[in-house]
Amino acid sequence: MRVSLRWLEEYARLVLPPEALAQRLTVSSAEVESVERLGGWGPEVQVARVLRVEPHPNADRLRLVTVDLGGEDRPRVVCGAPNVAEGQKVVFGRVGARIVDGHTGKPAVLKSTSIRGVVSAGMVLSERELGISDEHEGIVVLPQDAPVGAPLDEYAGDVIFEVYVAPNRPDMASVLGVARELAALTGQPLREPPSAIVPSGAARTGRVTVRIADADLCFRYVGVLVEGVRVGPSPDWMQRRLQSAGMRPINNVVDITNYVMLELGQPLHAFDRRQLRSGSVVIRRSRAGEAIRTLDGTDRVLANGTLLICDGDRPVAVAGVMGGEDTEVSPDTTDVFLESATFAPSSVRRTGAALRLRTEASRRFERGLPPELAMAGARRAAHLLVELAGGVVREPVEDACPQPRAPVRLGVSLARVERVLGIPVGRDESAEVLERLGFTVEAADEGVLRLTVPYWRPDVRIEDDVAEEIVRMVGYDRLPSQTLAGRVPAPDEDPVRDLRERLRLRFAAAGLREVMTYSLQSTDGWTAAGDTGDLTPLRVANPVSSEHEYLRLSLAPGLLRTLAPVLRLRRARVGLFECGRRYLPRRDELPDERETVCGVLAGERPDRWGSPSGESLDFSDARGVVEQVLSGLVDGLDLEAAELPGLLPGQAARIRAGADVIGRIGRVDPRVAGKFDIAVPVYLVEVDVADALAARAGPGAYRPLSRFPAVRQDVALVVARDLAAGELRRAILETPLVVSARVFDVYEGAPLPHGKKSVAFALELQAPDRTLSEDEAQRALRRMIERLRRQFGAELRGG
Amino acid sequence: MAAIRNVEEIRDGALAALAQASDRAALQEWRVRVLGRKGELTTVLRSLGSLPEAERRVVGAAANAARDVLDAAYTERAARVEQEELRQATERERVDVTLPGRPLPAGSLHVITRTLADVLDAFRSLGFWVAEGPEVEWDEYNFTRLRIPEDHPARDMFDTIWVDYTRPDGRRPMLLRTHTSPMQVRVMERRQPPIRVVVPGRCYRFEATDATHEWMFLQVEGLAVDEGVSLADLKGTLEEFARRIFGRERRVMLRHAYFPFVEPGVELAVDCFACHGTGCRVCGATGWIELLGAGMVHPEVLADVGYDARRYTGFAFGMGIERVALIRHGIDDIRMFYSNDVRFLEQFPGV
Repeated sequence: MRVSLRWLEEYARLVLPPEALAQRLTVSSAEVESVERLGGWGPEVQVARVLRVEPHPNADRLRLVTVDLGGEDRPRVVCGAPNVAEGQKVVFGRVGARIVDGHTGKPAVLKSTSIRGVVSAGMVLSERELGISDEHEGIVVLPQDAPVGAPLDEYAGDVIFEVYVAPNRPDMASVLGVARELAALTGQPLREPPSAIVPSGAARTGRVTVRIADADLCFRYVGVLVEGVRVGPSPDWMQRRLQSAGMRPINNVVDITNYVMLELGQPLHAFDRRQLRSGSVVIRRSRAGEAIRTLDGTDRVLANGTLLICDGDRPVAVAGVMGGEDTEVSPDTTDVFLESATFAPSSVRRTGAALRLRTEASRRFERGLPPELAMAGARRAAHLLVELAGGVVREPVEDACPQPRAPVRLGVSLARVERVLGIPVGRDESAEVLERLGFTVEAADEGVLRLTVPYWRPDVRIEDDVAEEIVRMVGYDRLPSQTLAGRVPAPDEDPVRDLRERLRLRFAAAGLREVMTYSLQSTDGWTAAGDTGDLTPLRVANPVSSEHEYLRLSLAPGLLRTLAPVLRLRRARVGLFECGRRYLPRRDELPDERETVCGVLAGERPDRWGSPSGESLDFSDARGVVEQVLSGLVDGLDLEAAELPGLLPGQAARIRAGADVIGRIGRVDPRVAGKFDIAVPVYLVEVDVADALAARAGPGAYRPLSRFPAVRQDVALVVARDLAAGELRRAILETPLVVSARVFDVYEGAPLPHGKKSVAFALELQAPDRTLSEDEAQRALRRMIERLRRQFGAELRGG
Repeated sequence: MAAIRNVEEIRDGALAALAQASDRAALQEWRVRVLGRKGELTTVLRSLGSLPEAERRVVGAAANAARDVLDAAYTERAARVEQEELRQATERERVDVTLPGRPLPAGSLHVITRTLADVLDAFRSLGFWVAEGPEVEWDEYNFTRLRIPEDHPARDMFDTIWVDYTRPDGRRPMLLRTHTSPMQVRVMERRQPPIRVVVPGRCYRFEATDATHEWMFLQVEGLAVDEGVSLADLKGTLEEFARRIFGRERRVMLRHAYFPFVEPGVELAVDCFACHGTGCRVCGATGWIELLGAGMVHPEVLADVGYDARRYTGFAFGMGIERVALIRHGIDDIRMFYSNDVRFLEQFPGV
C-alpha cells in the first residue's frame, strides 16, 4: 500500500526522519518496501501566479509571461507553452534552480538567457523539467489553493512509503492504521479524523430498508441516505491524496468513498438513490444464471451462491467486489445511498477468483474486516459528504447486524509471555506498550493481564499473539542469543538418504560432475529418452511453461539435455550425474518418489595432456563407474545383459546385487541420443537408491590373511563366442584353492576357429594352512579345466 | 730384484689405468684385469713359490701392500664413478614440474550440494537430525494444517503449482510443496518431543524466473520443540548457524514478520560479512542481509498434532539454500544453479 507521509502527518506527529520511520515500521510492524521522494527541487522553484501574458515582439509562438511570486519581484520570462493563461497557478524556476533540461533530459541549472532579443530571467516549468514525468507539451498548472510564493517542496513535496500489508493485518491497509502503528512506536498521540454526523429528518426520497438474507456471508450492513448532494470535482487536497495512493479522482462522491477506504481501510459503495427503485436493499446469494453489468462495463454471469446486493430482487452490486453500472453515481445524482458493510472474507475471495476481478475493496475484505469498522467508515464518509458535497444525512442510519459480537477479552499470563519470548517483560511495561497499541488493560493481577483487544486487531486472539505485540514494541534486540538447553533427541534414521549421499560422493569420486536439473519436463522431454515404457507421468495443472509440465519418470532426459551443449564445447571425456527423485504415479495417492542417482558418460578418453585421444569411451568405462561406485556398498554386484527401453540392444544390462535388480547400464540408443543432438556414443548408469539399500552390504567381516604364498598361473580358455566371461569366471572361482581370477585378455579371430574366443585369466591359488606345492596346484588346475570342458566345452588355448 | 720392480710397475700402471676408468663397466674390467684370479698381481702372488725364500718374503710383502693400495683406490674410484653416474642420471631424468599433471577424470559436487552440506553440518553440531519428505504433497499438509485454510488470503503468499488430479468431489488436493514446512507436521505426527530436526528439499512456486527468482528451489526447514524452547533460543541457534557459514564475528537481527503457522513470526537478517554492517553492494547498502523467515510454532499447529501446547513450545525456520550460496560466492544470477553451464560447474571443482 502506498502511504503519503503528508497524509500520515494529519493523524500523528512524525518525530523522526522518513528513513528512520521506515526502519521502525519495518522492524516492528510492516515492511516498508520502498521509500519514494517527491520533491527536492530546492528554494528556487516556487509556486507563482500568472499576472500577464503578452505576445513576443519577435516570435509568433513565444509569449512573454509576467508572474507574481508574492513579493516585489515580478519577473517576466519567455514561455513557449501553448497552455499558459493569466490567473493560473504555475511553477516558476528562478535563475539557479536545478531542473531537468527539457530537450536533453539531463540535469541542468537555470541560467538567465536572451531569447529572440528578450531577456528571460527564469522559467515556467513543465513536468519534464521538474523531473516528475516526460510531459513537456505544456507547463504544470497547479490547483488554485496553491500558495503564491511558497517553495514547491513545501506545497507538493512528499515522501511515499510502499508498505507491505500482511494478510492478517487489515488495519494496515489504511493510512490511519499505519499512523496508529507509528504513533505507538514513537510514543505520539493519535489524532483521529472527524466523523460526526447529525441525521436530520426523514428521507424526502423515501427510506431505504436493509435486509440481510444470508447472514453467514454478510455480518453487518450499514446504509446511510445522504440527500441533496452536488456532484462535482472533489477538493484539490483530496485529489492529491488519492493520487498519492495511486487512485484516479472521479467525482466528489466516488472520491469520498475511495478516500475513506484508504483512510480507514473500510471499502464503501455509493448508489444513486434514484436507481434503487424498490427502496429495499437485500443481501443474498445469487441463484443460477443471474448476471450483472459491473461498473467497468462488463457483463458478468455469476456463479451460483455469489453474494449480491439487490434492489428488491434485482442485483445491483457484487458484494465486496464491484458495484453495478446502472446504479452508479452520475453527474446528475442528487441523493446517495452509502453502503458500508462487512462481508465474509472467504466469500469475497471466492467471488473475486471466479470473476478474475480483484479490487482495492475485495483485497481488503479478503483479510477479514471487523464489523465495527463498517459503522466508523459510514460515519466518516457521511461526514465528508455533508462537508464537501453539501448533502444532508437522513434518519435513520440503517444498521443490519444480525449477530453483534462482544469485544474480545483475553487473560494473558506474563509467565506464558516469558515462556514464548525467553525473557521476562514486567507487568507495567507490558501494559504500557499494549495501551499504546489501543489495547485496554482492565486489570493486572497475579501475573495475569486482563485485556480488551481493540476491534481493528482481529489478528490478536490468543496469549501468544499478545507476546508478539509486546516483543515487537519492546524490541527484538532485548532478546539474548541463547542455545537450546535440554535433552538432544535421538535422531530418526533415514538409510535411503544416507546411501544416496554415499553414492553422490562416489559418483563424484569416479570422475563425474554433479548437475541439478528441473523435476518437471516437457511432453517431448519425458518421451524423448524412450526409457520409461508404458508409465504416464503426473501432469501439473498450471505449469510455469510448457517446458515444465510433467513430473519426471527418469533423470535421463535432463542429463542428456545438459550433456549435449557440453559435447559441442569439447570432445574429451565428459561425465555428468544427478541425484534426484523420479515421481512414479500411484492411484489416488502421492507418487512414489524414488531417489535415483543417474550418470551419463561420453567423449574420447583424454591423452596425457587431457586432449581427446581419438579413442571413444565404451561400455567398459561405464561398467568401471558402476564397479567403483557400488563396490563394498552392495553384495554380489553383477551385470546381466538385458534389452532395456532407450538403451542400445546388445550394450545394455541390469545392475544386480545378488537376486535384486538395483539399476541399469548401457549405451543410449543412438536414435534417442540423436533427439538430444548428440552424435557420439553416450553411456548411462543408473542406480535406484531404495533398491540398492535392499541389497546393502553389511559392515564386512575380516578374513584372516593367509601366511602362505600363492601360486600364480595364467590360463587362456577357448570357449564359444557367446559364452559370457562372467559365467566362465564364476565357474572358475568354484574351483578349490582358486582364490582369485582376473580377466586380462579376450581374443577372437585366426587362428581360433570361427565362433570361438579365447578368454585369458590370471589366477591365484592358495591354501589357508600350508604352502601349496607346484604339483598340488597343477592337479587342481587340471581338474578345473576338465570340469570347464564338460560344462562349457572349454579348451586350454595352445594346450 | 726384478720381481719387486715388477710389482711396483704393476701397481703404478694399475693406478694410472684406474684413473681412466669412468664408468661401471671399465671399473669391472679393471678389477678383473688387476685383482681378478688371473689378474696381474694375482699372477705375481701365485709365482712367489718359485722365488728364493728371502726374495719371496720381500716380494710377497710388496705385492700384498700393492694389493691393499689398489683395493683402496678401487673403492674410492668406484664411489666417485657411482656418484657421477647418479648425477648424470638425475640430470637426464629431471622433469619440468610446471607441466600439467596427467589428468584423472574430474568429478565434482554441485555448489548447491556443498552449500547444503555446510548448512546441515552446522545444525547437526547443534543436535539436529536430518529428515526429508515428499515434494508432491497434499494441500492438507502444505496449507490447511499450517493454518492456511482454503480461501485464506495468506495463500497469496504461496503461488502454487497444482498437480492435475481431481477428486470426485471436484477438489484438487495435490500440489508441489511450496515450502518444506509440511514436514513440521509430518515429523511431529510420528514423534513426541523433544524434536530437533532440519529438513532439506526441493520446493516449487508458480513464479516467473529472473535473476533473483526461480520456480524450483532448495529449502531447509528447521524445527525444535521441547519444554522451554523460546524465541531467544531461536535467535541464538540461528546466530550460531550464521557464524558457522558467514564467519565467527557475525551478528543477527530479528524483525517482525507474518507467517500463519508461527506466532510470533520474525525475519532474520545477518550483518553483512562484506562490509561489516556499513552498507555495500552485497547487502544493498543496508548493512544487513535478509536470510530467512522463522518464528515460534503456532500453538494451534502443535495442538493439531496432539501435542500439549501449554507444556511444549517450539521454533521453526525456513531458508533458501540458493540464497545462502548466492551470498557466499557472490553469484549474481540464481538461474546459474539449474542451467548447468559446464563453465559454471567448473568454477567449483572437487568435492
